[in-house]
Amino acid sequence: MANIVELKNVNKFYGTTVKTQVLFNIDLSFEVASFNSIIGQSGSGKSTLLNILGTLDRPTDGQVLIDGRETGSMKNIDLAALRNRTIGFIFQFHYLLPEFTALENVLMPFRVSNSAVTKEAFERAEELMEIVGISHVKNNLATRMSGGQQQRTAIARALINNPRVVLADEPTGNLDSDTSEKVFRMLREINERFGTTFVIVTHDRRIAEETDRIVEIVDGRIRMDLAR
Amino acid sequence: MKFAFSVAMRFLLSSKAQTLLIILGISIGVSVQLFIGLLIQGLQIDLVDSTIGNSSQVTIISTRDDRTIMDWQELIQRLEESALMTDITVVSPVLESPVFIVSTETSPSVIYRGLDFDRADAIYGIKDRVLQGSLPGRNEVLIGKELSEELELLIGQTITVLSSEGRTHQLVISGIFDLRVAGLNRSWVLGTLETAQTIAEKEGRISAIEMQVLEVFDADIIAASLAGAIEVDGIRVDNWKDQNQQLLSGLQGQSISSLMIQVFVIIAVALGISSILVITVVQKSRQIGILKAMGVTDRTASLVFLFEGALIGIGGAIVGVLLGLGLSIAFTTFALGPDGEPVVGLYLNYGFIALSGLIAFGASVIAAVIPARRSARLTPVEVIRNG
Ligand SMILES: Nc1ncnc2c1ncn2[C@@H]1O[C@H](COP(=O)(O)OP(=O)(O)OP(=O)(O)O)[C@@H](O)[C@H]1O
Ligand SMILES: [Mg+2]
Repeated sequence: MANIVELKNVNKFYGTTVKTQVLFNIDLSFEVASFNSIIGQSGSGKSTLLNILGTLDRPTDGQVLIDGRETGSMKNIDLAALRNRTIGFIFQFHYLLPEFTALENVLMPFRVSNSAVTKEAFERAEELMEIVGISHVKNNLATRMSGGQQQRTAIARALINNPRVVLADEPTGNLDSDTSEKVFRMLREINERFGTTFVIVTHDRRIAEETDRIVEIVDGRIRMDLAR
Repeated sequence: MKFAFSVAMRFLLSSKAQTLLIILGISIGVSVQLFIGLLIQGLQIDLVDSTIGNSSQVTIISTRDDRTIMDWQELIQRLEESALMTDITVVSPVLESPVFIVSTETSPSVIYRGLDFDRADAIYGIKDRVLQGSLPGRNEVLIGKELSEELELLIGQTITVLSSEGRTHQLVISGIFDLRVAGLNRSWVLGTLETAQTIAEKEGRISAIEMQVLEVFDADIIAASLAGAIEVDGIRVDNWKDQNQQLLSGLQGQSISSLMIQVFVIIAVALGISSILVITVVQKSRQIGILKAMGVTDRTASLVFLFEGALIGIGGAIVGVLLGLGLSIAFTTFALGPDGEPVVGLYLNYGFIALSGLIAFGASVIAAVIPARRSARLTPVEVIRNG
């Protein structure tokens, strides 16, 4: 099956004077419609890896391919369009826009590339908010929601443009284990219904074990790559 | 565009206090700039008006030895039929003749000015400035207030004048005028053209044609085109600007210093806006990072702040212009001279007012350029990494 994202021999250094290497020769790819997790200790490089996968950060060397296209030579403006259409992000720190309501936040990626919100988009937003269970707070400003509600809003936002791949950094980090479980099942359902690829960073081994493939990062290297 | 605009609008509305504060800052700057500009313009208009409002602004004078213009009726007719009349408001012939009032002890020297009162009134407002008596007829004379007081001359008295031709003439005082310039009240006596021609022994001739123009500061240009158009020998065209260089350079100095103040006020305002918007970019860097991660382009991210600049610029310009007009009106209402008249008149120069607003708007947009570029350069990882 084709790969939706692929890293080829990626290295990442931080710092200009004192260079520290965070990722070492990473070769990693994820298949279309697969459901994957990345685990590893704090500071091992998971977020860095995910940011590079999502073209938010550029590797020091190596290649990043999204949907078969090499991104290293692409301009910022093309990367922006690629991100908008192809990738949905759920960040470790959920990051809603505090000036906007939950519903407006969910619709934001759609508005970025469309001049007006269509009825279909609106209905899709409502449906997604229903799925993640935040319909009753949809008109609250982002600041007027609990941490868990914000996180679920961020999940709905990541899905609004029906992206090919969702990159999620600790998407259930702020949730209790019950809700965490629910959200996780929901992601799984979306994966099965829409064929959306998921790459989920988590420190929760129990959750990881429910995914189709577990990639473990230790000190910037892939230690284990377990497909089931 | 629309997206950037709506985000800018939302950013501004979500921090209302801050937005109002910036708009207030711009408004105060604009109002001060507008007030100073209007004040100085009013001052200059008043000054120019009191200097040349009641005098000839463009004058055709004779360069012949006898200092007279022949065929002047024809000249005036030609002038009044020419295209130049769109710029010229008054054309008035005059014959000046120096005389001595020999019937008094001091025999002062005055200038007998023969006028066509219907025409000259538009320049000197003589009809309104006759204090007592009436306009002179044949062999009559209108004398100034100071002259009448100093020589103790009354209406109805007859004076004897000695002309430069060496002949004496009897003139009856028909009235007393006050041109509000003591020097003129002392040195001018007014009469009809015909009487003046008799005294000067210059039948059918005049010494000058006095004119006023619509745009007083174009007097030199009008004078030049006039000289080119009439092509008559033995005359010269003077204008008030050539004769008032000192006043003009004074006005110019005033304009320049007023302009400098206005420019510095605007620069201060622009720097203020710029620094506040830079802070706003820092405040909103999270949001910008998120938006970019979602696919907002660098260009759109910078447009957000250009729109913020434009929006607060429009707000500041409108409030500032209103405030500035309020200040100007208050000043002309409350700053009154001893005569109860405003110290400086209010002249609403709409072009200037519009320009002030436009400059405030432009300065706000330009001030937003640095913040906008910062916003464009911001990369999402900078923000996403660690909250
Ligand atoms: N901007 C930076 N400059 C220098 N070093 C950095 C920078 N960002 C991250 N690092 C380092 O890179 C390493 C990997 O960081 P990363 O955020 O990818 O870890 P992580 O696996 O996501 O950890 P966590 O589970 O705590 O989120 C860490 O050692 C971190 O200190
Ligand atoms: Mg992390």
